[in-house]
Amino acid sequence: MAHAPIDRSAAPALGPAPTFTFPGIERHVLPNGLKVRTVEHTSAPVLTMALQIEGGSGADPAPQEGLASLVADLVDEGTGELSAIDVSDALSRIGGDYDVDTGPDAIGFSLTTLARFADRGAELMAGLLTRPSLRESDFARIRQLRIDRLRQIRDIASAVAERAFLRLLYGQHPYGHAPLGNEEALRAITLDDAIAFHAATFRPSQTTLVVAGGMRHAELLAVAERAFGGWQEPPTPAAARTPASAMAAEPTSRRIALVHREAAAQSELRIGHLAVSRRTPDYAPLIVMNAILGGQFTSRVNLKLREEKAYTYGARTSFDWKRGLAPWALSTSVHTASTAEAITDASAEIEGIRGSRPVTEGELAHAKAALTRGYPSGFETGAQVARAVSQLALYGLPDTYFSDFVPAVSAVTAEQVTRVAAQYLDPSRLTALVVGDAQVVRESLHTLSFGEPLELPLQM
Amino acid sequence: MTADRTPVIDLPYTKRTLDNGLDVIVHEDHHVPIVAVNLWYHVGSKNEQPGRTGFAHLFEHLMFEGSEHQNSGYFAPLQAAGGQLNGSTNADRTNYWEVVPTNALELALWMESDRMGFLLPALTKERFETQRDVVLNERRQNYENRPYGLALMAIVASLFPPDHPYNWMTIGSAEDIRAMEFEDVREFFRTYYRPANASLVLAGDIATARAFELADRYFGDLPAGVKPAPVSASASLDGERRLLLEDRVERQRIYMAWLTPAMYAPGDAEMDLVGDMLANGKTARLYKTLVYERRVALDVSAAQQSREMAGYFVLAVTAAPGASLTDLAAAVDEEIAKLAAGGPTSAEMERAEAQAEANFVYHLQTVGGFDGKSDQLNAYNVLCGDPGFFAKDLDRYRHATPESVRAAAQQYLRPDRRVVLSVVPRGRTADALPGSEPVAVS
Repeated sequence: MAHAPIDRSAAPALGPAPTFTFPGIERHVLPNGLKVRTVEHTSAPVLTMALQIEGGSGADPAPQEGLASLVADLVDEGTGELSAIDVSDALSRIGGDYDVDTGPDAIGFSLTTLARFADRGAELMAGLLTRPSLRESDFARIRQLRIDRLRQIRDIASAVAERAFLRLLYGQHPYGHAPLGNEEALRAITLDDAIAFHAATFRPSQTTLVVAGGMRHAELLAVAERAFGGWQEPPTPAAARTPASAMAAEPTSRRIALVHREAAAQSELRIGHLAVSRRTPDYAPLIVMNAILGGQFTSRVNLKLREEKAYTYGARTSFDWKRGLAPWALSTSVHTASTAEAITDASAEIEGIRGSRPVTEGELAHAKAALTRGYPSGFETGAQVARAVSQLALYGLPDTYFSDFVPAVSAVTAEQVTRVAAQYLDPSRLTALVVGDAQVVRESLHTLSFGEPLELPLQM
Repeated sequence: MTADRTPVIDLPYTKRTLDNGLDVIVHEDHHVPIVAVNLWYHVGSKNEQPGRTGFAHLFEHLMFEGSEHQNSGYFAPLQAAGGQLNGSTNADRTNYWEVVPTNALELALWMESDRMGFLLPALTKERFETQRDVVLNERRQNYENRPYGLALMAIVASLFPPDHPYNWMTIGSAEDIRAMEFEDVREFFRTYYRPANASLVLAGDIATARAFELADRYFGDLPAGVKPAPVSASASLDGERRLLLEDRVERQRIYMAWLTPAMYAPGDAEMDLVGDMLANGKTARLYKTLVYERRVALDVSAAQQSREMAGYFVLAVTAAPGASLTDLAAAVDEEIAKLAAGGPTSAEMERAEAQAEANFVYHLQTVGGFDGKSDQLNAYNVLCGDPGFFAKDLDRYRHATPESVRAAAQQYLRPDRRVVLSVVPRGRTADALPGSEPVAVS
């Protein structure tokens, strides 16, 4: 027998918030200049190493767009006696999960392995990153695969949109290209370029290694020392950095661009502009503002475009954070027939949050709660922790950042949200991009207050 | 190898079944102050009928729109409590999960039980029609507007006969989705969304006794319903079927697909290993031969798709410029024949064992979400009736032998019992394998 019905009329109240102690970070510098951060993390018998090298795709020397990412991809093609196949074999034998991510400001490598293989994993990682073979035949093959990949992603609307939008926003600034680069640039890059880039960029003085796992700090440090202690700073000069502040002149009015995709079932949309650096003191109010506008399922933008209008499977807004000026943008994919209406509705939401429809106390409380109450759930795995600590290094944030986060977000006021929306979002200089069927949508785009649509070729 | 002897890894749990038939499984993990709530309903697209495809998945969308006592969207209250939530539908089951701070567990259970017991009073025709359009957009975004996005639809439609529910993909046909009626929702809910057809896991920072007490409090008064009869269907192939699909793609790709053992059935783990040995990583045979050495392919993939009633194995190779699908197919056939004749090497077996162990250990790191421990416990409970299957599951891989892997490759990857699909750029039908029949997928 089922028991008697319970009273379901009201939601149960939340109990007192649980406490959580964020993992402690210890900082070390090896004699060769390598910065090491260790984190004790004991949830599983696993060790994660996250190695971050200053200088990502934003450090590609013009016109060699794609060089940083190519070199990052090339290092696991061999070291010492090991071929690419041998490296893959060695990784498999330690249950290794190896990953590479070239971002605009840094290249990140990570390896997660079973804890009992910590030293083997670290040695392998050190071999790949500090003494890669960089052989001609591997270089030619990897470069060709990346050229072929570029051609393939022409068919992926979101990839086309991402690339075209970066170029529209940043022009020829180093942030204006995706890490993969472009075909012409890749064809011109030689093995010598790759070797020179590696020597100028992969240096202990420019690297931060985070080691997270179920050992004491001293043991985690010892793993790093044994593998990376012998890495020598090359005598050749380090790569010069492009100042992140040097930006192309941005447009002073709205504009809209269109990339034709014949018979596309949907239009891929991006609407936004350059906004602010990750190092801004307004970070907390900005993420609260973005959560309300488009950063969560219950955001204004998603509720309008998905739940109310059913134009799309989902719509969101986000900052694509960088050390330099980062863009803020709305991204979605909408049914072709709804393209112009979606742009109009999205623009109205951007306008509204700046003051005509200021955030309500309810929205504010919801967004702050969503950002803070679930914050500890991002610290479950060693890999999550290592990645989060790498981010602190990337943006120069203090070790107390994790424990400061909840108080900082909790302190955000409605006035601050409206202030940062008005200050950093500017509807009068929005750039809109449509990747879709031009024959169907072209006419309707003329009706928007974005000026004459600029038709762009598919450039990859 | 003795120094590397593997430690015992396990996933402890306690299971009880409520009086109304709801299975409740609890797993404690106190590393982070969160609890995962994971609820499986044993219903998926396999419970649909031809002409009514896509219904189970559309229904999943409706479960987030509100219920009698929480008569607005499900995201707002849970996210305000710091929770995350989502759901998914596949051929065999529909799952719903929340990961919440420990102090919001009761809220999650109140909501999850409300939509199990009291969905219909809140369901309006307007909500239904909006979600039907959202699903059509999901289909456009993830299938129609994506390169090779329709290939798997063509493959399953040929691997399985029209009356077999694996003949269609869970997203369903656009025509069927458009034709769905609001009235159909009620019967579907009453048939499948019942405690007797569900399994609940609570995993995380909670004491076992307290977890059972809360589960009984919120779910114990819901009427049991009748456990639906299992679906059964069979499939077999009696030859090679060659299909052709034109798509908006830069490079042509060849797919091969075979019928294979069902999830957890003998041979299922071996086919998983065969997939890894053929295409996972640079050491894999097809990658090494076609991408690394001969450079005739851009990428390769191969994986066993384990399902409750049957499995299927899908292999794909994307042609490099200048390579023909006919040559690639011949090269694939050669590699499969070698594996089926000679079996894996000892190096391949050692890698497979290390990777299996690592995958199982990595699986133990998170309590919630689509890949966490709570979902795994439910998979074991619902699909093989044993939430304690974790160690046995790992043993399936540890106990695989070179001979069992070889025999599986030989038995299942037969060149004369398969579907071969050529996906070619529009207008380039001559690039398909000879004798391929054009298929229409929409």
